[in-house]
Amino acid sequence: MRSNTLPLLLATLVVGSANAAEFSEVQTAQSKVAFDYKQMSVPLSGAFAKFAIQARFNPAQLATSQAKIDIDIASIDTGNSDADDEVTDKLWFDTQKYPTASFVASSFKALGGDRYQAQGKLSLKGKTVDITAPFTFKQNGNSGIFDGSLNMNRLDYGIGTGIWADVATVANEVSIKFHFVASSKQQAIVAPKD
Amino acid sequence: MNKSYTKVAITLHWLIAILILSTFPLGLYMSDLKFSPLKLQLYSYHKWIGVTIFLLFIARLAWRLANKPPELPESIIAWQRFAAHAVHHLLYTLLFFIPITGWLMSSAKGVPVVYLGLVQLPDLLSKDKALGNILETTHSVLNYVLLALVVMHVAAALKHHLIEKDETLTRMMPWLKRRTL
Repeated sequence: MRSNTLPLLLATLVVGSANAAEFSEVQTAQSKVAFDYKQMSVPLSGAFAKFAIQARFNPAQLATSQAKIDIDIASIDTGNSDADDEVTDKLWFDTQKYPTASFVASSFKALGGDRYQAQGKLSLKGKTVDITAPFTFKQNGNSGIFDGSLNMNRLDYGIGTGIWADVATVANEVSIKFHFVASSKQQAIVAPKD
Repeated sequence: MNKSYTKVAITLHWLIAILILSTFPLGLYMSDLKFSPLKLQLYSYHKWIGVTIFLLFIARLAWRLANKPPELPESIIAWQRFAAHAVHHLLYTLLFFIPITGWLMSSAKGVPVVYLGLVQLPDLLSKDKALGNILETTHSVLNYVLLALVVMHVAAALKHHLIEKDETLTRMMPWLKRRTL
């Protein structure tokens, strides 16, 4: 069947009933994929303007929840306009060869309260790594709001090599922050998995 | 009567002079560099030197307000006294506004100043690329005005020392005092 769900969450107690909502209509305009990093100890914030999410998240049905996010790397705003052209280069993201980064969540776990985690694979610049992304899920009417962050090391993916490999200038640690808004379709029965 | 500036004023003057003479060409050089780790490093060093100049300038201004500088030699004629004072006032004004425009520009460009990699200065403006470019031009123009004033300041000091052989320069460089004076 169609689709997958957001890498996030599930089942909050708020939802609780058998008619738990499934959140699958991601509102891209209200969602955000951003990141923080340091350059010469200076904290900078960037974001990706374009990304696509296919998600099916039901906090009461974590086992069948799914999510896939595709990020258009060339849509990057590094927070430093001088850097925006540079980072599509081979030493950085090599966007000609690797235009898209993807995260596919394969399982979700409830951590208590409104906290969840998504486990899955992040594919970036030709490397695929298992990652765990913790997030919170809050329901507001028929909107579900997912907020999370995860820390990664750019050099694990070969991002910024050669002259840029020196982490004293551009730090290795990058904190990815995501904010997704998805609306629900009330469903009495959750669709079976693909 | 005191014939020279105090040791504190002399030290601050020359420290500021050395820092300006290093960070001015650094600013010119780094802005033409291709984007690279070196460029990012030099931008940081330039900002750190700028903050240092600003702090030393504040100290110098405070010291000057509390300690009257030595008089100009009596032989200096009125219009030259006026010109000397005007140039000094302009130099002080620029020593205030050049670092400030650099700081504002850093904020507008979204790359805050972290002094010596340790102390983050607050952003005075929010990120605004167009404003950042205007401030960059302002910072650069003020620096060329500073360059012109420094040339006049140095030329006048040398003229007094070498041609008129008066005590104008030795007030700031007492080690050059002529024994015969």
